[in-house]
Amino acid sequence: MKEKQESRKLVLPGDELINSMDYLPGKNCFREGNSIFSKKLGLMQTTGRVIMVIPLSGVYMPKTGDMVIGEVTDIQSSGWVVDIKSVHDAYLPISGVRGFIDTSKTELSKIYDIGDTIYAKISMVSGDSIHLSMQDVRSKKFTTGRLIRISSAKVPRLIGKEGSMIRLVKDNTGCRISVGQNGIVWLEGGNEEKAIEVFKTIEEEAQKDGLTDKISKMFKGGKNEKTK
Amino acid sequence: MASLTKSLKCSKEAKMKRPNNRKPTEFRPLTVVAGVVPNADGSAMVKLGKTTAIASVYGPRSVYPKWKRKADRAIVNCTYSMVPFSTDERCRPGPSRRSTEISKVIGDALLPSIFVEEYPKTMIDIYIVVIQAHSGTRTVGINAASVALADAGISMRDIVSSVAAGKIDNTYVLDLEGKEEDASKCDIPIAYMPRKKKITLLQMDGDLSAKDVIEIINLARKGCEQIHEKQKEALIKRWGI
Repeated sequence: MKEKQESRKLVLPGDELINSMDYLPGKNCFREGNSIFSKKLGLMQTTGRVIMVIPLSGVYMPKTGDMVIGEVTDIQSSGWVVDIKSVHDAYLPISGVRGFIDTSKTELSKIYDIGDTIYAKISMVSGDSIHLSMQDVRSKKFTTGRLIRISSAKVPRLIGKEGSMIRLVKDNTGCRISVGQNGIVWLEGGNEEKAIEVFKTIEEEAQKDGLTDKISKMFKGGKNEKTK
Repeated sequence: MASLTKSLKCSKEAKMKRPNNRKPTEFRPLTVVAGVVPNADGSAMVKLGKTTAIASVYGPRSVYPKWKRKADRAIVNCTYSMVPFSTDERCRPGPSRRSTEISKVIGDALLPSIFVEEYPKTMIDIYIVVIQAHSGTRTVGINAASVALADAGISMRDIVSSVAAGKIDNTYVLDLEGKEEDASKCDIPIAYMPRKKKITLLQMDGDLSAKDVIEIINLARKGCEQIHEKQKEALIKRWGI
């Protein structure tokens, strides 16, 4: 059996990835006859015997356990409707908020009002219903700072391996940054302009190699030198 | 009668001339660019000769009006439109009988290539705008829309390619343009998925013999395969490492 190998190859929908029954189709792949084909535009990755494709573009698809940033758009009798820039709106039930809330005594708008931005965890996804939870320690409501939006497919690059990229940006700019898996980034304090410039570069050149080196160069040189 | 057969013979032997000295099996110069509309989730521009179309894809997103949504799959909405200055004579903006028909036909041609069952209760919107029309707008629209769908990161079986072919004076010709279209007895636009060799759109204007139809479809399929390569190149250019 082969060991974990990373062959970053750009594949397009309908491309044949391998013609062998020894491999299994993973995410964004499908089998037809003996061959495995790609479903999406993305980078092919082989892990052991599983072949998968990491998409390079597309709308955010919610996954249980993801931290997302969203805006409260509506208040219902027992929860909030949150726009997380995904396919469907998410719902934050009262049970997802820390502490006990007596609905007969407190207005829900006192806790989260329409227009508030929250950082929440996706607790459940089934069909078109996405449930959020504020139970996670990282969850909070943003009252200050600014939000920028990047493509959700590029969030893993922005965070980097074990958070290396985001730590690099935090250390060099002094910003407090929260990244939502849905592609919305909150930042406050420090050199915000520089951080936004770096995020834009990451988004533009996400699929290129040696991105971390380039970003650290950006901080050292101070100027944004475009790679070929 | 004798003169008729003579004229037919003549036309058979006479060398056919095409605009820009194109060969009968050659399509017009083709340019495909992916990612031209920043606001869309995916977009593409295709230029085939003078005919130019821009396609943008939005979604998958939630369905409005809500009663239209399907519990087990995504719905694909396709809108084809021509800008008023796209033709020689100003064409009235807004949906027409023709554009409504072409929208439906393009949507149906793209549907088999999309994994709609992966996106339940959603819709995928495809907007095709023809900037310049010089025949073959529906095929160019399909080419652009298909690249835009791939650019939008939607799960697909294959990239759909499309081209028309016809018959002029006993010669089978690929990609009829402008006056050729009027001179031809017939033309057949097809949309084709090269990997599975499946035809997703087949229309026919005029009348032909059964043999001719098969010959023309085979010619168009070969053209589609070449266009498919161009579409792939455009996507690699946009996303390449």
